[in-house]
Amino acid sequence: MTSVLTRNNVSLRGNEHGPPLIFAHGFGCDQNMWRLVVPAFEDRYRIVLFDYVGAGKSDLDAYDGDRYGTLEGYARDVTEICEELDLSDAVFVGHSVSSMIGILAAAAAPGRIGALVLIGPSPRYIDDDGYVGGFHEEDIEKLLDSLDSNYFGWSREMAPLIMGNPDRPQLGAELTESFCRADPAIQRQFARVTFLSDNRRDLAEVEVPTLILQCSEDVIAPDSVGLYVHERISQSHFVKMRATGHCPNLSAPQETIDAISAFLAQL
Amino acid sequence: MILPPPSDERFYTALVDDDPHELYEDAPCAYLSTQADGTIAKVNRTFLRWTGYDSASLVGRVRFQDLLAPGDRILYETHFDPLLRMQGAVREVAVDVVVRSGGLLPVLVWSALRQDGTGEPAMIRTALFDATERRAYERELLAARKQAESAEAQATALARTLQESFLPPVLEKVPGLDIGGGYRPAGDGSEVGGDFYDVFPIGEGEWAVVLGDVCGKGAAAAALTALARYTVRAEALRTAQPGAVLERLHEALLRYRPSDFCTAVFATLEPTASGFRFAVASGGHPLPLRHRSDGQIETLGTTGRLLGIVEGAARRETTVALSPGDTVVLYTDGITEAPRDGELFGDERLRALVDETADEPAEVIADRIVAAALDFQQGHSRDDIAVLVIKVE
Repeated sequence: MTSVLTRNNVSLRGNEHGPPLIFAHGFGCDQNMWRLVVPAFEDRYRIVLFDYVGAGKSDLDAYDGDRYGTLEGYARDVTEICEELDLSDAVFVGHSVSSMIGILAAAAAPGRIGALVLIGPSPRYIDDDGYVGGFHEEDIEKLLDSLDSNYFGWSREMAPLIMGNPDRPQLGAELTESFCRADPAIQRQFARVTFLSDNRRDLAEVEVPTLILQCSEDVIAPDSVGLYVHERISQSHFVKMRATGHCPNLSAPQETIDAISAFLAQL
Repeated sequence: MILPPPSDERFYTALVDDDPHELYEDAPCAYLSTQADGTIAKVNRTFLRWTGYDSASLVGRVRFQDLLAPGDRILYETHFDPLLRMQGAVREVAVDVVVRSGGLLPVLVWSALRQDGTGEPAMIRTALFDATERRAYERELLAARKQAESAEAQATALARTLQESFLPPVLEKVPGLDIGGGYRPAGDGSEVGGDFYDVFPIGEGEWAVVLGDVCGKGAAAAALTALARYTVRAEALRTAQPGAVLERLHEALLRYRPSDFCTAVFATLEPTASGFRFAVASGGHPLPLRHRSDGQIETLGTTGRLLGIVEGAARRETTVALSPGDTVVLYTDGITEAPRDGELFGDERLRALVDETADEPAEVIADRIVAAALDFQQGHSRDDIAVLVIKVE
């Protein structure tokens, strides 16, 4: 078995004596999503970046359809990394679906995660009996269809090269686009798990200080969903950002950095 | 470049009539210019014609991603937008635009991000191509691929089930003997292989063992294996002479499967006062190895001709006495001919392994041999591997 650090393509940077700060990417891309945000924290914090198994440069052979058929399986990636690095009281910054994964990981390994930053969290994407998640189940089917016809640079021929170190320079340009690339079967399964899970009951279990960063005009996680999360996590602080869309870590890195810094200062 | 003669009027018509404004408005693709957040700033007539919207209802009011089907809005936020910001461009993304009537227009999208002087994202230029027919065709291809994948999965399951029926589910417990078997199909196990073995009683205290390798793969090999196994079982009950059993198998192949052949080793085991009498014959098959308790290793029997090939000479049998502590190993050439970098696993490695593991139970020896042959070829077996280990207790 490969080590957890290799399996999850863990990269460590920043101040190795500082308090640990874990950045977890969401569905679609990999740890590169954090590259505009991370440098601001490198002075003071021990930064942990990783790719979930199946994403980015993780070990695709470690992908197990059963384990990653639930968000709990992804949460185990987080707790196993925490154990491997022997982290305690880490601040977990989760984007999108990683918000729920972080909540599950914090509950599964008490003491490892001491605070949560949830960027664009949604405990349930599908509308359900008075609850407005923003989507219907057929929308998710449509997403799965679109994922089937959009490989974002993936092809069967390329698959073996992505993990290795190809000695073929003509592929270099294409390989640089790898951060959104994933095995279509894994991507499909991750989309299913992400958008069809229901973690509303898990919110009440959160016992650590939590920051919720809510973007403006976020079609994936609208204001009402962010407020729903805020109401159900007792120790949570809600910040509405000026940034629009779902990826403020890319579209508004400074605003994101400022909000996280202010939260960290209060811990 | 070859310039046309200036007198060619058609050239000047094409040149002059296509002024840039008209090219933009009525281009064969739709154009959108948006702010970095997707808010539409400018849109061409082609887009309006395709979608039925008017410019005033879009410009400054709507983001490009808001015009996508809900599932595709997720794709936009999770893939399209991050890629655009990280790489500056996105190409060939297939999504559906919701048109004014509520219907969907399948398009292929190219976008490029323009940065201002400070490197901040300033605006996005997007071109869309009507992909209605292409996407309908792709859907058919996708459906066909899914169908093929499910058919493949079914075929693999069928192959596994068939394969399992060629090996005894549990090896018979023979008094005085410890018998273990090992098997591994070639490649990923999706095809039916051609190796088989069997252990069965043929009389009072008497037992027969057979291990063979039929030519070919897949359904034809499966039918051949079935023929070989039931012929051996039936003939072994009529005559206990190993040479004669293989002769009958040879004749059955010639009669029913004239273009096929196989190799096999067949042996009978009869208890004696001091161990077992082991009578063995081979039809073109690697000879069994006998390991004695003093560490000596030898082959048993003589190699006869292939089974099912016309010029058959008699397959002579050899009879030896097995003593307690003896280990007999029957195997297929998937072990000794396992390749690595132009080298084969070979007899010597097999003999050394048998010597090294001789004190282990038969099952463990069989497993170790299969594992060693697999490891030798980096886990990917080029041929089926079968082994049967018989220890005299």
